Amino acid sequence: MLTLSERDRAMLNGDHGPAPQLAMSILVRMADVYSADELMDISQAHIDSTIYLGDATLEFAERLASLGARVAVPTSLNVSGVDECGWKDWAVSPEWAAKAARQMLAYEKMGAVPTWTCAPYQTQMRPSFGQQIAWGESNAIAFANSVIGARTERYPDLLDICCAITGRVPAVGLHVTANRAGQMLLRLTDVPLTLQRDDQFFAVLGHLVGKLAGDRIPVIDGIAVRPLEDHLKAFAAAVASSGRVALFHIVGITPEAPTLEAAFQQRDPEQTLDVTVADLRDARSELTTADGRELDMVILGSPHFSLAEFEQLAPLVTGKRTDRRVKFLITSSRLMKELAGEAGVLQPIVEFGAQITLDTCILASPMLPPEIRTLMTNSAKYAYYAPSLLNTRVTFGSLADCVRSAIEGRVVRDDSLWTGA
Amino acid sequence: MIAGRPIVPGEAEGEALVSDDALSFWGGYDFHTGEIIDRHHPLAGVRAAGRILAVPFSKGSSTTTAVLLEAVRAGTAPAAILTTGVDSFFALASIVAGVMYGKSFPVIALEADDFARLTTGARLAVERDGTIRYSR
Repeated sequence: MLTLSERDRAMLNGDHGPAPQLAMSILVRMADVYSADELMDISQAHIDSTIYLGDATLEFAERLASLGARVAVPTSLNVSGVDECGWKDWAVSPEWAAKAARQMLAYEKMGAVPTWTCAPYQTQMRPSFGQQIAWGESNAIAFANSVIGARTERYPDLLDICCAITGRVPAVGLHVTANRAGQMLLRLTDVPLTLQRDDQFFAVLGHLVGKLAGDRIPVIDGIAVRPLEDHLKAFAAAVASSGRVALFHIVGITPEAPTLEAAFQQRDPEQTLDVTVADLRDARSELTTADGRELDMVILGSPHFSLAEFEQLAPLVTGKRTDRRVKFLITSSRLMKELAGEAGVLQPIVEFGAQITLDTCILASPMLPPEIRTLMTNSAKYAYYAPSLLNTRVTFGSLADCVRSAIEGRVVRDDSLWTGA
Repeated sequence: MIAGRPIVPGEAEGEALVSDDALSFWGGYDFHTGEIIDRHHPLAGVRAAGRILAVPFSKGSSTTTAVLLEAVRAGTAPAAILTTGVDSFFALASIVAGVMYGKSFPVIALEADDFARLTTGARLAVERDGTIRYSR
């Protein structure tokens, strides 16, 4: 039975104005759905409702803004439906651009920080360990919970903004320590270090783990390398695409899993599975839906390309040039592009022939012209969603494979690590 | 007859469309046509608009709710959604559809064995208290 605080009730009664009243009315009904006994405070939010899909998402945003909605906690904004400054270079219709921009404006009016990125954890809005937050965007949720140890439920579009406006969430799920224990154990067996060091490894593992875990909290044991932050980002995006994973633990690596026992909070796993090289090979194969060598576009940056990724890419492309038939697109944020420029790594990438789209991505904005049929990417999330959302075929490969393919104008992959005996 | 738990109560009638695989509406559902488009999903290519969709839970992107809200506005949403556990994403889409357009749809949670008895093509009627009856 839900008990509301005096302040919650005041909001629900409209004492704080019509926007908090509307937001609280949705939140209270959802608290019932979650079987919550009470609401609790959050100190940060990340809004995925920014993605323009059509009239309904716009009408929802403008309804809240017109009621004078203001966010009650520091709030970052996820990707929108349009690259505000660069959409004219692409197949975006003026009508779409105008409506998506209206939706952006509505959320900016509510006082949120215009980060416009799906990797808010790599901005000044990164939360801290143990912080109670309300985040939308599946990759960001998984990253914040697992890699940082902040605490968020899997907040869907339309609810995230209600949490931000009220500063409240149902006190359930991953906000509560006991619900953060691992549920299934995945043991890497005989997975060689050379494979674990490959820059595709964590994306592939994430794709596999998401399928195996479904909606459970997986614990991965047996990782013998120190992954880079962007590897964990790739894992989080993959695991939250192929599965409903909002929290994972990697023993010895993520903050709530210093040991196997800690990851399970001293309980026993419900299920234990071995992950073999063969499983990983199959998972990697699944990410490729194209069958030939044709290539129209290389696409990087889901989640948004980070400064470290720009720095990694620059030496691979310096002094080189993409084949004129192949587009090379990087999706990133305004902040990361600015930092890459300051670090001096943007110029060689642009001279290589790369284009950079900000604020959005190819999945959230209808920007690709229809002649783009075959993609290549190092992102498991792009590889997972592009075939359905964009009716394209995708080859999944390493960053180096993507660069080589763009130069040669056809798909080339070094598969030796993945097909060898 | 199946006794379900009404997460968002309501009435609906239609042909069942059943899968044991979770579904993400973002990247999985075209709200312009009401068709399931996730190529990883067994129901890919099938139109779910106006039908009683039974999937164990939603998965993947947190944009699922917004796609479903668009589908309600466009008239291409399923008539009801049946799940195993309590699926908060489907519930939210229905609640907000009620607030915005006065058009919520029933979201009903079933016991796993009841869910397993559902078959595609059966004509079902969902009642306000969560009861699901075979109709004709």
